[in-house]
This record gives sequence, structure tokens and C-alpha cells, in this order.
Amino acid sequence: MNKNYGIIAAFDTVPSLYHACEQVRDAGYSQWDAITSFPIHGLDYAMGVRRSKVPRFSLAGGITGFCTGMSFIAWLGWVEYPLVVGGKPMFSPMFAFPVSYELTILFTAFATIGGMFFLNKLPMHYHPVMKAPQFVRASDDRFYIVIEANDPKFNATATRDLLAKAGGKDIVELEE
Amino acid sequence: MSGHASDHPAPAILAEVNPVAIPRRVLVENNRSFKWITDKICGIVEGKTPVWWWWCFGLAGIIASFTIAGLTYLVTTGVGVWGHANPVNWAWDIVNFVFWIGIGHAGTLISAILCLLRQKWRTSINRAAEAMTIFAVVCAAIFPVFHVGRIWFAVLPGYLFPFPNSNGIWQNFRSPLEWDVFAVSTYGTVSVLFWYIGLIPDLGTMRDRFTAAGNFLKARIYGFFAMGWRGSNRQWSNYEMAYLILAGISTPLVLSVHTIVSFDFAVSLIPGWHTTIFPPYFVAGAIFSGFGMVMTLMLPLRAVYRLEDLITQYHIDCMCKITLATGTMVGYAYSMEFFIAWYGANPYEGFAFINRAFGHYAWAYWIMIGCNVITPQFFWFKSVRENTALVWILSIFVNVGMWFERFVIIVTSLARDFLPSSWGYYSPSIVEIFTFFGTFGVFSFLFLLFIRFVPIMPMSEVKAVIPAADPHGAKH
Repeated sequence: MNKNYGIIAAFDTVPSLYHACEQVRDAGYSQWDAITSFPIHGLDYAMGVRRSKVPRFSLAGGITGFCTGMSFIAWLGWVEYPLVVGGKPMFSPMFAFPVSYELTILFTAFATIGGMFFLNKLPMHYHPVMKAPQFVRASDDRFYIVIEANDPKFNATATRDLLAKAGGKDIVELEE
Repeated sequence: MSGHASDHPAPAILAEVNPVAIPRRVLVENNRSFKWITDKICGIVEGKTPVWWWWCFGLAGIIASFTIAGLTYLVTTGVGVWGHANPVNWAWDIVNFVFWIGIGHAGTLISAILCLLRQKWRTSINRAAEAMTIFAVVCAAIFPVFHVGRIWFAVLPGYLFPFPNSNGIWQNFRSPLEWDVFAVSTYGTVSVLFWYIGLIPDLGTMRDRFTAAGNFLKARIYGFFAMGWRGSNRQWSNYEMAYLILAGISTPLVLSVHTIVSFDFAVSLIPGWHTTIFPPYFVAGAIFSGFGMVMTLMLPLRAVYRLEDLITQYHIDCMCKITLATGTMVGYAYSMEFFIAWYGANPYEGFAFINRAFGHYAWAYWIMIGCNVITPQFFWFKSVRENTALVWILSIFVNVGMWFERFVIIVTSLARDFLPSSWGYYSPSIVEIFTFFGTFGVFSFLFLLFIRFVPIMPMSEVKAVIPAADPHGAKH
């Protein structure tokens, strides 16, 4: 059962992690990740991570919210209970705008957060990386690179050598 | 907070124009390390509960009981226990609602607008300021919810939320009061979401530390809310984008919320309310009052927990300057209201303003002017900004002044409306005073729980602004 998940290496400073990421990227790995306690500026570039797709969720949420507000108020005025108030039209996008605007923002917020959770596959309370020795320091002051065994270029010795050459310390194999 | 792949390599143009490097103030003093930041901030939660905390918590609970008593009496007796009567049918509840909701706005300004403007000094105060926002919205929400009297009707049949009443009639969506329900509930919800998203990485840190310390119950609880965050850079990439978008939508949100709050007055025809200056004037006032409250809260916290390396003099300077700027805008709005009242040549409007300054409520007006226009002007002086105790006292004056601003606007205009035969004088009843006084206890109660159980600063953001976080080892 103890399938090999991958290899993890530790780095003590941000620049050493950054340059190691560039080397792993250039070696052609795809199934790998860096573990850091805070977002490091430019690390997406060093890793070759593409621009996040979260904005697509946000846009969909925003459009849904705006249409919900407008159509709900139009339905109330025209269909559900037409009632003349102050001689004003039954529906006008003008007076429906503030509510639709707030709903745009509300739905965008939920869609953004939902999209972020979905893309990050959260919540995920178990992950092999969390079993690594000294993982506690990953959310404190140490930085890690983990290369997964299911990467097509993965080779237990060659991958280990690459990480060691890049300056990785405490290199260990992780179990699934 | 930027960071997608394409923006990383320096544009070629930089080599040609060769810009001068602007020296920046350090945001964490004494060259602290990542480890120090984690230990410092987690230590506040992990350490033993301090004695002062229990005293404050007990006191806050006692004060909060005044709100509970006031509201219980209101609900069991009827809205008549509040002092509203013709012509002032609307005073204490809306004054306190606007006061508290305005305080919340500084939290969103710090977390959203300063994030978009890349003001990195926001990092060490944004978590506490956002918590302040949420708790202020809670206090604000008490008043509109309870002013309906029979609160179980706030939702169904919909005194506030959109459900039809027993005749099948719905809320009037042409009314700013209904817009307000949507604005404030959206604001509260989005503020909680934004705050929670910011917390996730830090909750992960707490989980890992409690796991390492062998406290598995706490590790489970923090771990549950951390959602299994593990700091993977592929996750950070999505996280940062989500954070940026939330900041981007919170900015128009916060501006719209107080704009709509000001519509509650500006859309009416009452002299002194029916003015187009209200939206920007209210937003500036909200941020002014909110920064007053941020300083009221953060300066004692900084002293008690010895956070001088994280909330530096530079942070205090920045907060004082924003208070000065927004306070001056508010002062400008006061004078512009007077000018337009004269220039507009409407006798009712002119009377409303003369009456504000020299009528029966002149005492409230001049407290407002003293606190809101004069107090912030002290922040021009560096020696004042560097005197933390004095800054704290001035911040209290800002809070007081902004409460009186709402009181002056609302009560003076209603007490002296068009017909002299209907004029009156409003004084709050003891029930109203108790209810409002107790909200400070509610607010403190929640804030004390926050500083005890939640990391009060976003570690992941503070770490990102120290020099060691630079991937090129640059020395800022």
C-alpha cells in the first residue's frame, strides 16, 4: 500500500528556492510544486505556472448576480404584483440598479472564493506532503520543493540528484 | 499582491529610462526573521490567557448586557420605549446605525483599497481592521433589525428582507431603505468572506504548530477552518488572484455602501438632507471615523503585546495622515454645505443650516466641529504623530465627533422641518441610551475574542514584505 508519492527537498532561503524552481522547471518536470509560507513574488514565473483561472468564475458570478437583481425586480413589478408607487413605472433599470449592483458584488465574491477552492481542490485535509518530516516549518520559515512520482520525467535517483544539485537539503521520499 | 507569470521579467524600457530607486521605509523594524514573526504572532494565541484579558472580557460582557436589556425591553414592550415622537420619528437607531457602519469602512479601506494601491504598510493592521469591520457591522445591524419592533417580522413577512407581506405586497425597491438592506447585508457577508480568506494560510500555520506541540484538539479545530491549506505555490497562485479580485470588488462595495446609506437622507426632501454632496461626504466621514477607531484599537494592542517592530512609527504616521486627509475633507464638506445653503437661495435650506449652528442643538454642532475639524489638524505635526498617547486621545475625539455628526444631521433637520407648528425637541430615552452604550460592550466582547483566538496579524502577508522575502536577495 505504501506507494511512493514523490521526493521533497528543503530550502532555507527564498533566493535558493527561487533558483531551484527555475532549474526544476527547465528540467521539464510538470507534476511538482513549491511549498511556501507566504506568496513569493515572481515564483509563478520561476515555476512556469500559468495565470490563474479564478477570474472566469468571478465574471460568471458577477453576471449572474446582476441578472438576478434586475430580473427579480422586473418580475416583481411586471408579473408578481404590479403596483403603481408615486406614478413611477412598474420597472426601470434605474431604481433596480443599486440592488443589482450589490448582488453583482455578492455573487462575484462567492464565485471567486468557490472558484479558488475548486481550483485548489480545497478542502483537502489529508495530503502526503503534510507527512513530511519538519513539515511544521513549511508554514513557518522554511521552503520546500516536492516532485511527484507520477511525473513522466520522474526517476528516483535522477530527481534526487537534481534537487541536491539545486541546493535542496533533507531530501526524503514521501509515501502516499 | 500581484503575481502572474507574464509580469515578472523587468520591462526593457526600464533599462533605457533607468529610474531612480526610491528609498522605502522598512515595514518590520530590527530586521526580524520569518521565524520571529511566526513566533510573535502565534505566541499571542498560544500563550496563557493574560489577566487583563479576563478583566476586559468581564467588563465588556457587563457593558454588552445593557444592549441585551435594552433590546429585551423593546421587544417585549414595543417601539414606544424609544424616545421618538413627532417630528423626530427617526433618530437614535439611524444615528447609531450610520455611526457603526461608518466605523467598519476603514477596515475595508485598509484591506481592499490599500491592497489595490499596493500600500504594503497595510499588512500588519489589515487583519485587526477587518475584524473591526465585521464587529462594527454586527453592532450596526442591531439597530435596523430592532427598530421594526417585532423582530420576527424582519424576515417574514419581510419588513426588511424581500418577502411579501400578508397582502402579497412586496418591498418598495424604489426606496433607498430597501437598497440599504442589500448594501449592508452584502457588505457584512463580503467582509466576512474576505477576512476568512485572508485567515486560511495563518490558520494552517496554527494547525501545524499545535500538531507539533501535541495539542491535537486545537490542531483539529484550526485545521478544520484551514481547509487543509498547505502553502503550495500552485494554490498561492489561485489564492492571490482570488484575493486581488475580492479587493477589487470590495472597493466599489465599500464606496457604494455608504453612498446608499447617504441616499437614505439625500433622496428625501427634508432641508439639510436633500443635497448631492452627501455620498462623497459620507464616504469620507466613514473612513475618517473608521481610522479613528482603528487607532483607538491598535495603539493599546501594540503597547500590550509589544508589537512596535510590526506596527512601527511609520504605520502610525500613515494612519494619522489618512485621518488628517479625510478629516479635512469632512471639514470642507461642512463649509460647502453652508455655502450651498446660502447660494441655493432656498429659505428652508438656509434656515436648516443656521439652525444647526445656532439653534437648540448648537451644542452638538460645535462638539462635532471641534472633534472633526479641529482635532485632525493636530496630525500635521510630527511631534504629535510620534506621541502615541496623544494620538490615541485624539482618535477618541474623532470617534465622538463622528457620532455627533450623524446626530446633528439627522436630528436637527427633523426637529425643525417646514412647519413651525410641528417643531419639537428630541432627547433619547434611557432605553435608547442603554442600548447604544451596550453596543460598545458587544463590540469589545467580540474584539477580545478575536485577539485571543485568531492570529491578529496576517503572518503570510507580513513575511512577504520583509527583505528576506525577495527572491533576488535584493536589499531594499
